[in-house]
Amino acid sequence: MSNLFAARSQMAVSLAFHIIFAEVGIAMPLLMTIAEWRWQRTGDAVYLDLAKRWAKGTAILFAVGAVSGTVLSFELGLLWPTFMRHAGAVIGMPFSLEGFAFFTEAIFLGVYLYGWDRISPRAHLTAGALVAISGAASGIFVVIANAWMNAPRGFRLVNGQALDVDPVAAMLNPAALSQTIHMTIAAYAATALAVAGIHALMLRRAPLTGLAEQLQRFHRAALGVTLAVGIPAAILQPISGDLSARFVALWQPVKLAAMEGQFETERGAPLRLGGWPNESRRQTRFALEIPRALSLLAYHDPEATVQGLEAFPRDEWPPVPIVHAAFQLMVGLGTAMALVAAWAAMVAVRRRSLLFGPGDRWLLLAIATVAPFGFLATEAGWFVTEVGRQPWIVFGLLRTSEAVTPMPGLILSFLLVTLLYCALGVVVVWLLWRQIIRTSGETLHESRERALSKRAP
Amino acid sequence: MTGLGEFLTLPALVAGAIAVSLNVYAVSGGADFGGGVWDLLASGKRRDQQRALVAEAIAPIWEANHVWLILVIVLLFTAFPAAFARLMTALHIPLTLMLLGIVLRGSAFTFRSYDSKRDSVQRRWGRIFAIASVATPLILGMIVGAIATGGLPNLDRASTLGFARDFIWPWLSPFPIGVGVLALSVFAFLAAVYLTVEAPSEGLREDFRARALGASLVVVVVAFADLLLAQSGAPLVWSALTTGSFAMLLRFGAAFFALAAMAALWRRGYRAARVLALLEVSMIVWGWAWGQFPYIVPPDLTIENAAAPPVTLRLLLGAVVVGLVLLAPSLRYLFRVFKPVT
Repeated sequence: MSNLFAARSQMAVSLAFHIIFAEVGIAMPLLMTIAEWRWQRTGDAVYLDLAKRWAKGTAILFAVGAVSGTVLSFELGLLWPTFMRHAGAVIGMPFSLEGFAFFTEAIFLGVYLYGWDRISPRAHLTAGALVAISGAASGIFVVIANAWMNAPRGFRLVNGQALDVDPVAAMLNPAALSQTIHMTIAAYAATALAVAGIHALMLRRAPLTGLAEQLQRFHRAALGVTLAVGIPAAILQPISGDLSARFVALWQPVKLAAMEGQFETERGAPLRLGGWPNESRRQTRFALEIPRALSLLAYHDPEATVQGLEAFPRDEWPPVPIVHAAFQLMVGLGTAMALVAAWAAMVAVRRRSLLFGPGDRWLLLAIATVAPFGFLATEAGWFVTEVGRQPWIVFGLLRTSEAVTPMPGLILSFLLVTLLYCALGVVVVWLLWRQIIRTSGETLHESRERALSKRAP
Repeated sequence: MTGLGEFLTLPALVAGAIAVSLNVYAVSGGADFGGGVWDLLASGKRRDQQRALVAEAIAPIWEANHVWLILVIVLLFTAFPAAFARLMTALHIPLTLMLLGIVLRGSAFTFRSYDSKRDSVQRRWGRIFAIASVATPLILGMIVGAIATGGLPNLDRASTLGFARDFIWPWLSPFPIGVGVLALSVFAFLAAVYLTVEAPSEGLREDFRARALGASLVVVVVAFADLLLAQSGAPLVWSALTTGSFAMLLRFGAAFFALAAMAALWRRGYRAARVLALLEVSMIVWGWAWGQFPYIVPPDLTIENAAAPPVTLRLLLGAVVVGLVLLAPSLRYLFRVFKPVT
């Protein structure tokens, strides 16, 4: 394994691991806050149970997210020092702003998690809302920095030196809007539907396991809150995906060609579903082709010309099969989520209620099935944007191979990070299952007693 | 010799903001690591209560305190990208080890809070938490010490002197190790002093008073030893700290606050001891900052020649000012809720 490949693999593992926790850190505070707000509005203690149970899970996930995010901020320099030497002054700004947003998030999450009995209900709810807002803001700032790598602006490169640096122009790069929208919605869709899926599964099994009426109410309420966030997010995501794809078509046509497995430059290009691109034969085989659909989607004109990979030098192609497969996977998973969300929305509109019961067996099964889809789609999406940008670390300007550290033997740190994160992943899943999900019945009663003795405001 | 104008340049102001963040990190996040030291060294008949107090003290605040370190890093790579690239290359190995410690400390601490309360499970996470809490400050100190030696290789292109001389010896030598031990003992000292104020019972308070007194002695001895080691190990810091009236002020300030903190602990004036310990440690941090000034990575990268363009520094300074204005009341609120004045 070459040093460059080890560095890229370590970065990929670190990002792939962290992004899940980052999404949860953005979306869970919103779900908790909505649940707590429902409790304060209705006095229904089931929502208090819900907020507290979710808060426990969030505490575990947030801690791992905070430390794995720290790792990434160092890895920017540990793995790509040359990149940081050039890019730091141009694009450090959003990272710094993210630092402050994350600070706010960490402060008020501490207040939220440990302050139940120490501050007024209104202050507590406000703390939750601040966590939700600053969590979204810090995600947006980091994605702005990533967008800059796709559409570098705000400087001129002269003899390897960045001149006329303009950090504001760098932040307002043309990729920023579509990428931040796509990622933020992804966080809400993936997290809310994942949590919804867990509760849907519990609710669906209720008749079999003889779940107490009280516990059924708990899961129904949970499903209501998560779907209120998850349904609109999952339905909006394909629209924001269209925005992102049109950005790529305009600014990174070589990435679009790889995503679509488009080798020839073509007027009225077809959309390929599935298929496997063969780089040496320069064709994508076994794909289902929908005539003119790619031109229509990418440029909103069925006769538009789509540039193929052949229009670009061979050494500027990203690894086409990976990008194509990841893109197909992301779109497929996202479409499934949107369809299930639309189905749930239709049922809810007909009934004028988001409270589903064990009787909605097929819908609950569908929601449970798509539960992991959002996180998988997120991973696939990051593969599209990161692998699709190769061989560049700063698109069109700095090659990844020129940015890597001269430190030898990176395979060791790659293995270290991989093993560490595998172990952490296993522990986190096990803890969530053992201590949060499986025990939801046992602890409900106890927290109910506390809630009753305190009385809702 | 040095006019005030020298300190009011744009790069110097941002460097000052980084030093302030590092100072606050040392007395907040550092003390959280120090808590882990006392978890490892918990002993006597109140062993379990000592551990519980440590956990209770750091649980609501450690994540917020940790962000000061992230702030140091992002300010460093935005304002001094050349220095950041140099450090991250030359100190790749200790930085990776420190990250390992940071990840294990935070995860194990959280897992212990939320996992089963069975003794064996608690002990397993507790041990990882405690060992990582000892290792991380040690490595952090070694990193700072290695920078101060002025012996980091310039590896912008490729390895030059052979692997060990490029990547190992710059941080694995007496002075950096001495600074590592200093960081560890300072963090443990701070934690013990804070815990004397926060202890809920007289017995626990006495436990941590004894620990704080012991640690304060260690800090003084190690700090003095490090100063001597600096003569050959970090000549730049040595000469800066032994010449001039400002250096004398820092030296005597640190010594004065150290003695005063010990006296306050002895007389059981815990609140006063906390303030004095904070001042003592801040003096040590600023002593180091002064010792390096105007270098970020001695012997060649200064805060002037490694700085980002003025436009970046101006925006960054603006963000820092606005950010701190927004953060200050939030932080005050956090500490008022969880560290009430009683």
